[in-house]
This record gives sequence, structure tokens and C-alpha cells, in this order.
Amino acid sequence: MTFVSTITLVFFVLLAVVAVAIGKMRSLFAAVMLSGIFSLLSASLFVLMDAVDVAFTEAAVGAGISTVLMLMVLHLTSDKETHSNEVKVFPLLIAVLCGAVLLYATQDMPHFGDPNAYIHQSATADHYLNQSYDDSHIPNIVTTVLASYRGFDTLGETTVVLTAAVAVMLLLGRPKEEEHDLSKSPDPIIEVGAKMLIPYILLFALYVQFHGDFGPGGGFQAGVMFAAAYILHALSGTVRSAQEAASENVVEKLIPLGVLLYAAVGVWCVLKGGNFLEYNALDPEHPAHGQHLGILLVELGVGITVFSAMLMIFYKFALRGREVR
Amino acid sequence: MNILLATSTTAMSGEGVYNYGLVIFLMMTGLYLVLAKGNMIKSVIGLNIFQVSVIMFYVSMGRVEHGTAPILLEQDLPHHDSEHGHDNHDDSEDHGLLQTRSDVALASTADGNHDADGGTDSDVHPQAHPEDTEANSPSLHTVDGRTAYSNPLPHVLMLTAIVVGVATTALALALVVRIREYYETIEEDIVDAIENRLQKEEAQS
Repeated sequence: MTFVSTITLVFFVLLAVVAVAIGKMRSLFAAVMLSGIFSLLSASLFVLMDAVDVAFTEAAVGAGISTVLMLMVLHLTSDKETHSNEVKVFPLLIAVLCGAVLLYATQDMPHFGDPNAYIHQSATADHYLNQSYDDSHIPNIVTTVLASYRGFDTLGETTVVLTAAVAVMLLLGRPKEEEHDLSKSPDPIIEVGAKMLIPYILLFALYVQFHGDFGPGGGFQAGVMFAAAYILHALSGTVRSAQEAASENVVEKLIPLGVLLYAAVGVWCVLKGGNFLEYNALDPEHPAHGQHLGILLVELGVGITVFSAMLMIFYKFALRGREVR
Repeated sequence: MNILLATSTTAMSGEGVYNYGLVIFLMMTGLYLVLAKGNMIKSVIGLNIFQVSVIMFYVSMGRVEHGTAPILLEQDLPHHDSEHGHDNHDDSEDHGLLQTRSDVALASTADGNHDADGGTDSDVHPQAHPEDTEANSPSLHTVDGRTAYSNPLPHVLMLTAIVVGVATTALALALVVRIREYYETIEEDIVDAIENRLQKEEAQS
């Protein structure tokens, strides 16, 4: 076993321990914090497995936004599990049986890291690795595949984010009673510390957005990080002050704007005589330049939608009045 | 356990299948939490664990031993003239570029890069590719010869899945908040009891 695979194994075991601990915890607050740790550990594991873009996203989303949302829901509901924690036999039986069947099936699976596995030998993978640079002049293959080869798929996924944001807005639409603020008396140390961090987070998010062609990053990660900067502002001060920086009205309109920008690039390609999202048509003289432009705009659209959807979801949870018990 | 041991003895390459076993353990922990826990927030966390383990399953399939992230290293970028479209590699220039790069930065793999150059020469025509891989399969991902990159496709699919996952988690949490406001509890069985009582009262009146 190499050094890297030993560390991989250690991380896997840590994940298993954390997962079991989440099941055991009766305090929901502890369970939510552990699930944040679970995400951070899995992000480290993704780095070990060379999936840097996935790790980036998981760290920003799982350990960041997701944990904040869950904590706000605890604030709105309750942070104790009322029932005792005895093991339930029937669900355990199902889980064990299901696991045994799946474990039996893994006998046929290619080995971990085997370069001869079929997934690495398929024509698709080969094309992505060898041709993507010729097609678009972008070294980060993940970005090329995400925004160009599988651009249609990504458009669909951006639309799912839009749909989820709209659904949350419908469910938690208007504040229940008088508007309630999460933190009425902000701690000065936290406030000053956050104020020092926020500009750098925003700057880094911009870098991630526009450097996604050459390194790990792209619209999804940058959007989440932008939202995280505003959420930090809201958590360290008041939600009201964050809303002054990004008003709900504007954020609301940005959500569909990103998807529209994405789709508009596709339509532009059609008008230029290509297929939908065929960026080569944008610059027939230099197809690679067309790819560059298309990917840049499409990633921008993704970033705008993800940013505004995440921020809007946060606003909706934060402004939901806590009911009086 | 038996299964894991049996396969690791017959391992051809790679490091056995322990990753799948651990992923399945995580997945089943998530499944158990969803099934067994009456508390809705616990169920949502269980669903999240399940989701992360599925993502990990895909990503672990895309990994290549001794591989690196699928961002092309400089020495692997074809020497490019944007004027000439796709298949216009100047062989001698290409060669020179690889040579200098390996001299400077990658002295240890200099020989490997030399071999790789031979590989790229035959790769000039895009159409020739699929057959090429089938003929001498390991050439793409072996360390000696060329840089081994992990498979980018699972990464792309999982990256978007994570963001869509958090959006749907937010939706689930919004539903939990509404349930709490209506029933004043987030325990499934208490919600059931209240529902039953309400139905009985409706039937009586």
C-alpha cells in the first residue's frame, strides 16, 4: 500500500466513525456540526482521489452553506430529538441486507485506481483527455466538459437550482409575524473579524469564477462562495445589513437572469448558424475562441444563478419569524 | 470481510475493492438514519450522508493510481498555433518543447516524456483515437509514457450533483419548517398522531 492509499483508508474510516456518531447523537446541534465535519472530511478525500473541483464544491457547499441552513432550521424548530435512541430492528435489517447485496456485487467491480478499468478506456474519456485542449484551448478538462461538451446537462442542472429556490420562496414566502433578526446585538469582535474577511472572500470568488478555465473552480463554486461572503456578513452583523448590500428585490431577479444568460448563449449560437450551445459557431474563424467566449458566459450565468439562489434561500430561512411558544 | 480478502488476493492492478465496501457502509448508515429516525432533521442529515457516499462512489471509480487531477499539465499541452485548426502539430517543434520542459522541471520523468512524444505523433488524427486505445490500452494512463490523469467525467457529473443536492436539501428543510409551524413538532409519529386525531374529530362532527 502506498502512502496516499493509506491516508485514503484513514479518511474513509474517519468518515464511517462520524456517520455512526451522527446516528448516535441525541442533540441535533451536535449532529449538524458533525455533518459539517463529515462534508469537510469527504472534501479532503476528494482531493486525495484527484477530484479537486468536486472537493472545492463539497467544501463550500457541504461544510459551508448546508451547515448554516441546518443551523437556521434548528433555530426555527427545536434542537433536541425527543425519542430515545434504541436500535430499530427492521430498518437495520433492511440496511444490512441491502449492504450485503451491494457488497456481493462489488466483486465484479474494477479495482480502486486500476488504470485498465473500462471507465478509463471508453472512447468518451479518451476524447476528453486528448481532444478537449484542441477543441477549446482550456487546460481544465472538467470545465470544458461541464460547460461545453455537456453544456445542455449543466443548463438543466442550473434550472433545477432555480426551481428549488422558487419552491423555497413559495414555502417560506412572507415573514410569519414581525420580522425577526437572527442576532440583535452583534458581537464586535466577530463583526470586525468578518469585515476583514469578506473582501478577500469576494476577491477569491471572482478569481475562482474567471480562473476556472485554468485551475479548479468555475461558476458553481464561485456562486456558492459569493453567497457565503454575504451570509457571513448577515451572520456577523444583522440580516438587515446584508440586505442593504444585496437587496432581496435584486437577488430575486438575478436567479432567473443567470439561467436566461445561459440559454441566451445557446440561442446566440443558433442565430450564428450552429447548434444550441455549439460555441464553435460564435467565432467561425477561430473555433477555440468561440469556445472560450461561450464557456466564460455560460459559467457566468451559472455563477449568477447559484449565488442568488443560495442567498435567497438563506434570506428566506433567516427572515422566517420564530413562533412564540 | 471474506469478499474483500478474496478479491485482494486475485488483484491484477489497483488496490483491491475496499473503497466500495466503505462507501457501501456509509451509504447504508445514511439509509438506516432515513428509515429509523422519526426526527425529520435527522432524516435529512441521513439523506445527505447517503448522497455524499454515492458521490464518493462515482469519484472513486474515476480515480487512477498515481494519477493527478484532470487539469492538463504544461508539458502535456500540444504546441499550438491558433491559426491552424485541429490536427496541425509540427512534430519537431513538439518534440523540442517536451524536451526542454522535461529538462527543466521533470528530470526524473524525462525518459517518459520522450516516449510520450512518440505517442502524440501517432495521435495526430482525431479519428484514429478510439481504435488506438483499444490496441494498446494502458498507454494513456500509465506513469511511464505519459502523465496519468483521473477520469474527468465522474467529477463533472458529481460537481453539479452537489450543488443540486444542496438546493433540494434547502427545499426539504423549508418543508420541515412549515411542518413545525403547523404541527409544532418535527417528529414523524407525533405528526401522524395529530393527523389521526384530526381525522377522527372530523368524522365525528
